[in-house]
Amino acid sequence: MFLTLSMLAVQGGVEADQVAGSFEPFFPALVVLLPLLGFVLNGLLALSHAKRSAAAVRAGGELQLDGPGGRPSTHTLPTWIGPGVMLGAFAITVVNFVRMLGAHLEHPVVISYWHWISTSTFTVDAALQLDQLSMIMMMIITGVGFLIHVFSVGYMKDDTGYPRYFAYLNLFVFFMLVLVMGASYPLMFVGWEGVGLCSYLLIGYWFSDREKADAGKKAFIVNRIGDVGFLIAMFLLFATFGTLDFLDIFAGAEDALVYGGGAVTAIALFFLVGAAGKSAQIPLYIWLPDAMAGPTPVSALIHAATMVTAGVYLVARSSVIFALSPVGSAAVAGVGVLTALFAATIALTQNDIKKVLAYSTVSQLGYMFLGVGVGAYAAGVFHLMTRAFFKALLFLGSGAVIHSMHEALHHTHSHADAQDMRNMGGLKKYLPITWITMWIATLAIAGIWPFAGFFSKDEIIWQTAAFGGAANAPYPFLYTIYWILALAAAMLTAFYMTRLMVMTFHGSNRTGEEERKYLHKAPAVMWIPLAVLAVLSIFGGWINVPEAIRTSFLGLGGALPMSEWLHHWLEPLTAQAHHIQEVHLGELAHSAPVGGGEVAWAVASTLAALAVVIATVVLVGGREVETADKDAAPTGFGKVLYNKWYVDEAYDAVVVRPLGKASRFSWRVIDQGIIDGMVNAVGYLARGFGWFGSLFQTGSVNTYAFVLSLGVLFTLASFLF
Amino acid sequence: MTEILSSIGYAEWILHALIWLPILGMGLVLWADEERAKHVAFWWSAGVFVLSLGMWWAFDPGSGVMQMESVAPWIPGWGISYALGVDGISLFMVLLTTLITPLAILGSFEYIRKRERAFYALMLLLEAGVVGVFVATDVFLFYVFFELTLVPMYFIVGIWGGERRIYAAIKFFLYTAFGSLLMLVGILFLFFKAKTALGVPTFALADLLQVPLTGTEQLWLFAAFALAFSVKIPLFPLHTWLPDAHVEAPTPGSVVLAAVLLKMGTYGFLRFLLPLFPVAAQHPTVVLVMMTLAVVGIIFTAWVAAVQPDAKKLVAYTSVAHMGFVVLGIFALTVNGLQGGLVVMISHGISTGALFLLLGMLYERRHTRKIEDFGGIGRVAPLLTTAFIITALASIGLPGTSGFVGEFLALLGAFETHPVLAGIAATGVIFAAYYMLPMVQKVFFNKLDRAENIEVHDLTRRELVILTPLLALMILIGWHPTPLLERMEPSVQVILDRVESASADLEISALPTDTIQAEAVPAVGGDE
Repeated sequence: MFLTLSMLAVQGGVEADQVAGSFEPFFPALVVLLPLLGFVLNGLLALSHAKRSAAAVRAGGELQLDGPGGRPSTHTLPTWIGPGVMLGAFAITVVNFVRMLGAHLEHPVVISYWHWISTSTFTVDAALQLDQLSMIMMMIITGVGFLIHVFSVGYMKDDTGYPRYFAYLNLFVFFMLVLVMGASYPLMFVGWEGVGLCSYLLIGYWFSDREKADAGKKAFIVNRIGDVGFLIAMFLLFATFGTLDFLDIFAGAEDALVYGGGAVTAIALFFLVGAAGKSAQIPLYIWLPDAMAGPTPVSALIHAATMVTAGVYLVARSSVIFALSPVGSAAVAGVGVLTALFAATIALTQNDIKKVLAYSTVSQLGYMFLGVGVGAYAAGVFHLMTRAFFKALLFLGSGAVIHSMHEALHHTHSHADAQDMRNMGGLKKYLPITWITMWIATLAIAGIWPFAGFFSKDEIIWQTAAFGGAANAPYPFLYTIYWILALAAAMLTAFYMTRLMVMTFHGSNRTGEEERKYLHKAPAVMWIPLAVLAVLSIFGGWINVPEAIRTSFLGLGGALPMSEWLHHWLEPLTAQAHHIQEVHLGELAHSAPVGGGEVAWAVASTLAALAVVIATVVLVGGREVETADKDAAPTGFGKVLYNKWYVDEAYDAVVVRPLGKASRFSWRVIDQGIIDGMVNAVGYLARGFGWFGSLFQTGSVNTYAFVLSLGVLFTLASFLF
Repeated sequence: MTEILSSIGYAEWILHALIWLPILGMGLVLWADEERAKHVAFWWSAGVFVLSLGMWWAFDPGSGVMQMESVAPWIPGWGISYALGVDGISLFMVLLTTLITPLAILGSFEYIRKRERAFYALMLLLEAGVVGVFVATDVFLFYVFFELTLVPMYFIVGIWGGERRIYAAIKFFLYTAFGSLLMLVGILFLFFKAKTALGVPTFALADLLQVPLTGTEQLWLFAAFALAFSVKIPLFPLHTWLPDAHVEAPTPGSVVLAAVLLKMGTYGFLRFLLPLFPVAAQHPTVVLVMMTLAVVGIIFTAWVAAVQPDAKKLVAYTSVAHMGFVVLGIFALTVNGLQGGLVVMISHGISTGALFLLLGMLYERRHTRKIEDFGGIGRVAPLLTTAFIITALASIGLPGTSGFVGEFLALLGAFETHPVLAGIAATGVIFAAYYMLPMVQKVFFNKLDRAENIEVHDLTRRELVILTPLLALMILIGWHPTPLLERMEPSVQVILDRVESASADLEISALPTDTIQAEAVPAVGGDE
């Protein structure tokens, strides 16, 4: 049975529900199945490798990778399988993308393979949906994913768990693709929890280290809090629509749901809980900084480029629902902008290079939430895409730095922290390509023209202003605040990223005399992905230049052949939401709350960001940084920021410990004490009765006769009266 | 396949065979040498399983009524007959039993070291009893089998159990016997009612379904039956026998207890409570009470599980939480709820059975069940670790495993009628992660810092044979549960139709009518 199922899958499905235009899907199931195949193969290799490794551990040592006979085949094969399946998936995605480009697809194509869960009142198929949104996501996941797989070949070269690493990574990609290609909420949920699982496994990849295993566990549990929101939203949708397929829900949404009604608001808010969990937004962001315990390429793939953007994808996919709920949308935008600002403040003072990037990720995700919260779904997806380039680049770059630092410190058996920027400095000399490419990414994330981040971030901030100024905007004042906060967070971004660059690459080197000799530049498998991502970080933004900007000097005075390409590309999917918005909100504003048009504010913000960058280079660059062991602990407000506003401590006091107490109370007092106490009491009572009864079993005939006569007398008496 | 089966008259004898072959096997085991007993028991029960597989094809998936029926008079004077049959609900319970039994026996090879013949004979007797429970269509016969299962289980815990085995065995016996005594009273009451109403003495379920009962009678009978079944499930707060029984029971005892014995309770709900007393079963107050107990059980036992120092006790408590999902689904009284409950029953049987087997394997290696005694096992026993993690994930309902399908459908069905309770129950998925992941971490991850743990060896071939079918089923059902769902659906529909048709005379004098207040259906679809 399963064989026929997989045959079906490989043939690209038999029954396409709607094949619109002339778009012919090209083996779309293979995009999903190739990474799954990679997982199975690498998984088998990992198990056979782990047996050998276990034998070495039992013999009292560690497996030596370069022992006699060279590397075992369980270590060389994953190098080809892991990135290989990704390349295949990417190639097939590109073919599909090219076909869709030429097809003017009006309606999504749904390809059903089998009935997944089916009862008489509820059916959900194992079905993939191909449309403009899923296609963009597939391009990002397989494309950036492939680059990160390649980078991993170099980064994880000497790790004893190499095949297991690639098995997890392939499995992650499989689930991520299910998440974006699934044609219904339950299937999306499969991917949703599946990527959470892989995140758990990869964060705790070095599971012997308790701290890392803890971080993985925390990520999974916090994510599950969000997942409950997702579940309840699904139940509400089912109660309303009787189905959970995307197409049916969106087609019927405007009839079944009242604009601004309680039902749609509840659905939107529960989805927001789910999205906040997966995309690390307030109040559920706490797992992401800890997630940096995983290998750095994992941070790049899962905790920067793909998985954490799933919440944004969810909102964009459900644009119709959110457009119908002004409260829900305002909540999404509010959570987003608060997170953007809050996380940026924490990033200001961190010294761990990955921690800075982690909080930066949280902050940037906040921008995307702001974007999709103000109805700018295309802008949110746009930032999702550009950020996938420059954020993956930043993480991989930091990976190259850490890799180099680690090896240098390893040679001298130094216990200094390889991720602490206070121990770095002046690395541009040793890692020139990493240095240049990371500067490109930094300028992109800081929103400086003409890098990718400029266009995407600027559009989100602009749309916030435009939305708040719409004719019938629900809470215009609120959106003005959002707009100001978003601008402020952008300035903080420029500061902390420049600080990171200066502390890492500029000034004098602080690694140590002896260690310095071993700092090495990244090998080709590592720098080539960096270079590709750098190119994308420079030019990636030009696919969606706003019309107003295109004709200005920022858009080279109209020399560009097209504007707002992504916007138009996604139009078939966002049109319904935009229509709802237009009907209820009227026309969007053309000027910012304090006046000024789109171009003026774009120029202002890029100049301001540039000023911050330059000022930071001067200020931070001029300061002498102490190494980690000599540096004084921060004081005052800096201490609060350094300790991340003490949020983890607060959660620990308010949630974690009380839950532990409640659990122990439930066990010791309620379960063992009261419930089982009563059961045992019944037992003792019964035994007591037995003992009482046994008193009469004296074996003495006289007593028996006496009791018998009493009984007879009593019975007779009862007849008499 | 269907032709071959019908040519050998499979449908006529299979149910008898599934009850009497294990009993015959009992004789063979007792007759065999002490050291061969386990092999005889395993191969015999494996043969029974292979034989039972034919039911998949012999069963007509389109029909919701009893199939493969066969009736023989037993005590005609009292209208008691030896009547068997399966429908879409019992089919999977029977298959689960015939699958789990050989695996549990195979899992006892190392663990059981004394009086082996007696042990394996009791395991086969237990199989016969459980199959009997699931296929009996005569209420008296059902009761006989229901009680019969107590005896082998009592001895399995009491003789081959741990240190406090006597306490646990007696507690288990008294708890469940007490519950079922009230049910016996209920059964007799039904019998006399039927005798008056129908004019003939009968214990046949089909006949008892015809007996007209007042609302009050239904309520009392419901209470009597529900008590017996709730102890078995066990439903909060009647669950405290289970952790003790599990901790003291030998591995195979725990496996069968969790995988199939608990299912007898929820099976009883579906087979007897709902069809026999439909008015009581859908009374809003009754529904509210049952669902609330289920939800409290889901959350409360998850918390209790999270702080257990003993891994086996932890898993025992999670059983209560899982069975809470079943009860929640059943009393939703919707197609999705009932089907979801059934899938949870199957999935829990597979995954919790596997968890107990795995814990048994760990115990055989380390002679401890204390979570803190372990650590870093993943480095020395990768196969065992992988199997455990997959099973744990199925247990906590990760999508793509059997656990998700059941919990999702049960919650979906419950949400249709009781959104608030279902919403609270949904938080159970957080607490499932909260109890399971720390245990996994402390046992398999963290530092390998104890000399004893370094010596832990990986799965043997025998252990792989035990675990592979269970792991495969977890994934297979997770991705393709439809073959199960479509076979259950007609039978589920029969129950729901019966409940629905009784809803007209929804009056129970024992309860003031103003307590009839189902929770408001959610304001979705909002016309506000």
